[in-house]
Amino acid sequence: MSSCCETPAFVAPTVPPPGGNLRTIALIGPPNAGKSTLFNRLTGLRQKVANYPGVTVEQRMGLMAGAGRPDLTLIDLPGIYSLTPYSEDAKVAVDVLKGKMYGTPKPDAVILVLDSLHLTRQLMLVPPILSLGLPTLVLLNMSDLMESRGGAVDVLKLARELGAPVAQISATHGSGLEAVPLFLNQRDRPAEAPLRPLTLPVLGNAASAHTWAAQVSRNTGYRAPLSAEGTRQLDSVLLHRIWGPLLFLAVVVGVFEVVFALGQPLSDGFGDVLTKVGDLARPLLPAGWIQSLVLDGAWKGVSSVLVFLPQILLLFLFIGILEDSGYLARAALIADRVMRSIGLNGKAFIPLLSAYACAVPAIMATRTIENKRDRLATILVTPFMTCSARLPVYLLLIAAFIPNGGVLWGFLSLRTLTMLGLYLAGFIAALVTARLLKSSILKSSETPFILELPQYRMPTLRSLGLLLIDRARIFLGQAGRVILLVTLGIWVLSHLPATRTAAGVLTAPGLAESIIGRLGHFIEPVIAPLGFNWKVGIGLLSSVLAREVMVSTMGTLYGADPDTQALNLQAGLHHDMTLGGAMALMIFFAFAMQCTSTMAIVKRETNSWKWPAFQFAYMLVLAYGAAFVVNHVVTAIFG
Amino acid sequence: MSVLSELSVGQHGVVMALDLPESVQNHLMHMGFVPSSLVTVVRRAPAGDPTVYLVDGLEIALRHETASAIRVKVPRTLSRQQEMELLASARQAAQPQESESAQTAPTPVEALR
Repeated sequence: MSSCCETPAFVAPTVPPPGGNLRTIALIGPPNAGKSTLFNRLTGLRQKVANYPGVTVEQRMGLMAGAGRPDLTLIDLPGIYSLTPYSEDAKVAVDVLKGKMYGTPKPDAVILVLDSLHLTRQLMLVPPILSLGLPTLVLLNMSDLMESRGGAVDVLKLARELGAPVAQISATHGSGLEAVPLFLNQRDRPAEAPLRPLTLPVLGNAASAHTWAAQVSRNTGYRAPLSAEGTRQLDSVLLHRIWGPLLFLAVVVGVFEVVFALGQPLSDGFGDVLTKVGDLARPLLPAGWIQSLVLDGAWKGVSSVLVFLPQILLLFLFIGILEDSGYLARAALIADRVMRSIGLNGKAFIPLLSAYACAVPAIMATRTIENKRDRLATILVTPFMTCSARLPVYLLLIAAFIPNGGVLWGFLSLRTLTMLGLYLAGFIAALVTARLLKSSILKSSETPFILELPQYRMPTLRSLGLLLIDRARIFLGQAGRVILLVTLGIWVLSHLPATRTAAGVLTAPGLAESIIGRLGHFIEPVIAPLGFNWKVGIGLLSSVLAREVMVSTMGTLYGADPDTQALNLQAGLHHDMTLGGAMALMIFFAFAMQCTSTMAIVKRETNSWKWPAFQFAYMLVLAYGAAFVVNHVVTAIFG
Repeated sequence: MSVLSELSVGQHGVVMALDLPESVQNHLMHMGFVPSSLVTVVRRAPAGDPTVYLVDGLEIALRHETASAIRVKVPRTLSRQQEMELLASARQAAQPQESESAQTAPTPVEALR
């Protein structure tokens, strides 16, 4: 979706809090320690969380309303292992901590979140953070898990060893969080005695930091919990030499089968409801151009996209489960061999997989890739992955043109197979392009592949539910703004220039003579070789804003044309498209870069218009070429 | 002395040195690959590479060429008892006793519960 991932701009409180000297608090800690979960608890916001290292790639700010202190600003930061950043996301965290990030206030206090399950190693981060000289609260997260697995630590002793207050919490369950306001209120008094300097290990020396951490953990009686046997057993299947890759494929195929088998009836039912709503509203509106504008223009256009909400939510549900369970890191491990053959490593696979939802957050997620050239190559190929905005277009065309027969002894329907083919086409285009880039302009020496495998976790209904609500809201917001505006624009342009009949009544021209019709006929020669007529051309033009706009534009155009007004969108498409043209259109969507949000984020992440321009041109040429071939081949075979 | 990539699944090794560029070495050490820590080979990826290693209670995947730059000592004969001890000490990330002792001065602080 085009504006998928923008969060509302953060506005800091303008009035300084009375008396206190604390204004900004930073959340810091190693990757996957649960900082964002805690951030959501303390602010009441919904920052994205998942179970793999590197989910948060930029700073996020929010007011600590959830902790009863709405006068304080909390900054969530990407995870770090040390103050010597190894990747782009870690650099962001270190810059913010040191007050070097433009537009983000320097923090006055730090909340250090550590994962109690691996406390010894995580303690290595304590000395560099304390050396910043800011008031620091140390939170041992996942303490409930640690205790239930037989771990232990003496918190009082640890606080004494570190010279900083320590508390045990569970961010997922919200327990122990009262320590945060307690700490803030204590630190908020204007006259605060400076922290007594501690003897810390040599900074920046990992070996000495490790020795120190081991010493501290021994002194505080830390007993690491038994590592989860479940994770080990699950991995022996999911990373099995034969079963691993097979299960991976089965998961992918299963997702699409469910999106069709279960999602299609849901979407059809939802579509009937939307049509009913339109019919109910018809008598309420004055007949004439207002009724036409609202129902045949706006409502027909917007509802033609809204119909796909159930199927898109199903897809997001599956991606959410993969992310929250910890499977994504395993998928990266399985894929490393393939990724290596194209000159990238398995880490690049995580953004590519999440691009199945939306390319915008996926491109942000490439910040965890250490090598600059690898990262750029990944950014450039990410839009080839089939994002959820392509789904409405595919679903519409497949339902309209592909018969619902079974193949492979009824295991897969022809429709699922077509869908898989399109996803595969996008993926292969991404791999081939990456290979070309990595062996030409983005050649570099290999950087080591270092990947942390998180323990498996059961995704909670709460987090999945919140994810779906957020996605639905974004989708509806998109339909309410961009799509509504475009459909209204299309409707207006398809009814102008109005002419006066002999009787003096204003009438709209025939669709072909309207402004939009002339524009369409003007570009028709360019797209005719692909099997597209001028209506499809208008749809393509409007879809440069966002892919799903294609569907609403077609809905509005058919609503405006008397020939097809009574038909539903699927039947309308048969009016002016052959099977060859439909297949060509799908392939065109698989390869073309039609998303202004993606181009904007590529510009931001690469700091130049050069790369988005290159990407747009390259993908357009590829899309045009492939659609040309598909149209001619399919027409030759099936007539 | 051998290198980490030569160990087979289930074998343990004690890290001796990392022959890697400084930034990579630093990153790996912060993930637990410090000298004298115990590493266990957990499993290989379906394609045979990368390999998953257990260090400090954490599973980390490395490719063959990275693992071959980590020099390890394989404890020759391990009784069941020693194996358990080694594993336990790995969990504690214990350092040899002759390492620098207490570097921290006890400081009176409040602990929040």
